[in-house]
Amino acid sequence: MHRPSRTLSRRAAVAAVVGVAVAGLSSCGGGSSVSGLPDATVTQSPSASASASPTAAFPVTVTAANGEVTLDEQPSRIVSLSPSATEMLFAIGAGVQVTAVDDNSNYPAEAPKTKLSAFQPNAEAVAGYDPDLVVYSNDANGLKAALTKLGVPVLELPAAVTLDDAYAQISTLGQATGRVDDAAKVTQEMKDRIAAAVASVPPSAKGQKVYHELDQTFYSVTSSTFVGSIYAQFGLTNIADGAKDASGGYPQLSAEYVVTQAPDLVVLADTKCCKQSAATLAKRPGFSGIPAVKSGRVVEGDDDIASRWGPRVADFAESVAKELSEQ
Amino acid sequence: MDVVRRQRASALVVAGALLLLAVLVATSRGVTPLPTGGIVSTLLREVGIDVGTPLGGVDARVLLDIRLPRVLLVALVGGVLALAGASYQGVFRNPLADPYLLGAAAGAGLGATLVIAYAPQGVGPVGTLPIAAFVGALAGVGLAYGLGTAAARGQGGSATLLLAGVAVASFLTALQTLVQQSNTDNLRQVYGWILGQLGTADWPQLVMVLPYMAVSTAVMLFSARALDVLAVGDDEATTLGIRPRRVRLAVLVAASLGTAAAVAVSGLIGFVGLVVPHVVRRLAGGSYRTVLPVSLLGGAAFLVGADLLARTVIAPGELPIGVVTAFVGAPFFAALLRVGGWSS
Repeated sequence: MHRPSRTLSRRAAVAAVVGVAVAGLSSCGGGSSVSGLPDATVTQSPSASASASPTAAFPVTVTAANGEVTLDEQPSRIVSLSPSATEMLFAIGAGVQVTAVDDNSNYPAEAPKTKLSAFQPNAEAVAGYDPDLVVYSNDANGLKAALTKLGVPVLELPAAVTLDDAYAQISTLGQATGRVDDAAKVTQEMKDRIAAAVASVPPSAKGQKVYHELDQTFYSVTSSTFVGSIYAQFGLTNIADGAKDASGGYPQLSAEYVVTQAPDLVVLADTKCCKQSAATLAKRPGFSGIPAVKSGRVVEGDDDIASRWGPRVADFAESVAKELSEQ
Repeated sequence: MDVVRRQRASALVVAGALLLLAVLVATSRGVTPLPTGGIVSTLLREVGIDVGTPLGGVDARVLLDIRLPRVLLVALVGGVLALAGASYQGVFRNPLADPYLLGAAAGAGLGATLVIAYAPQGVGPVGTLPIAAFVGALAGVGLAYGLGTAAARGQGGSATLLLAGVAVASFLTALQTLVQQSNTDNLRQVYGWILGQLGTADWPQLVMVLPYMAVSTAVMLFSARALDVLAVGDDEATTLGIRPRRVRLAVLVAASLGTAAAVAVSGLIGFVGLVVPHVVRRLAGGSYRTVLPVSLLGGAAFLVGADLLARTVIAPGELPIGVVTAFVGAPFFAALLRVGGWSS
């Protein structure tokens, strides 16, 4: 009768000790953590990065798609899981504050590319870089919840729909990294370049039809998407707008439709993924007769530039303007 | 006897008429409606006869370069898939058999995904994608057949073959998913192909698959009578002079060849091979000498109709054809089951 209760009480004591130890470890706070888990209260030493006036701008509260985020100190170990955000960060000079970017962030070349996936993010892997700010564009795999539990500040910057969205995101990143002036310079330069590109196009180009191709099975973009809105800036008519209602911005058109619409300008955003070019376009059945092919108005775009909403959208606008100006 | 022959003849005529009607309607409808008279004139002009008013420049190009090859290719694919499905049902004596049973779809999917992810696609007259899918489909069936025969060790059970097909299909699908998820840049293209891809149909593709489809169709149609005899049982068939193993092998090879050619150009379109033969049985009787040819014509008509829907319902957008066949085929099949039950 006594033995079972003694075993029981011994077990209870061990359990209590273990429980207290676990509770003690998890409530451990302050200073650099041995296990590599970042802390909610940021008490690291200030980073060595040079910046306009970092300490005066912090703590700062920025607003992103996940609401208001407060950063107590200038972040110095940023992880970017969005190729567009990577381009923005480096353009505003915050590249020195970035420790890791996802596997698709291939621009600029000096970005510290890792095997982190933006498409199927792994919160543990992200946390392994000990970030003090994580920027991403879509919350997959419960990323936001996991990082919030770990106490890492996150900024959700989803795909921009308009140019103003893109400018707003650059400003947000400028505030978050303590480079507000640089961000303002970048957005102003983008606005100027795009305005110049639009102005350089002759008035006869307005109303011309454009076909933007995402892959060789005729997936296209409507004007409700970011890259589609660029064409609207030029006053071009996007042939994919006829399919606007059914497909959420990225309809699949048919060869017949593209040929009968007879676009004056074709932009190929599948030169990298699907090896399309002006030559392969002309070889497709029925395509040799469309105005764009006959007059050689085919822009062999860069897949990445056409699918991102970073500063290189100005490059894209300029390449479209160049094609339209060559009468 | 006479009644059966007459029923068969009328079923063939009806199916043939449906196919002709479907082709005519599908050629004239689409994003741009084309007048039937203009279509006929344009076609006649191609062979040198000048009658009536042919279509103008762009319309003629749309008809001859885009719409006509697509409609014809769709008809071929639908016919071969339905015929192959009916043949598989005959060989396995199983109403749930479809042309993808022995791993043809899984193998084709793997081949296509590998090319989309790793290989250049624009090489050659039809590109590398259809060829990879064709080879993949044949490899899948070959693997299943090899595994099934080795496992059965001469006891010739079709059940073992079926199980081998399931095993191979699962394995190849797992491989395909792995490759697909490791190359998420190409996800849209992979899914587009898997759901059925006829938007890039053209004459070179048609020419490429025609010989394989012709041979496989001929062999399958020729084996119709043998399949009827096999239906009563292997022993009985042997006493009647049919060699069950040989017939099965020939039909399997032919059906797999036809299926491989079909998926090479169309992606993985489901339901045609499973549902059309059953509908034909329900409406025209269960003899394979009826079911096979009528499935050929009926499957072609069905898929031409489905493709027409796919390209007109949300025009100018396109629905993947696999979605249309499932949406249309499944409820129709369910209704048919409720009314009549299985007919073997």
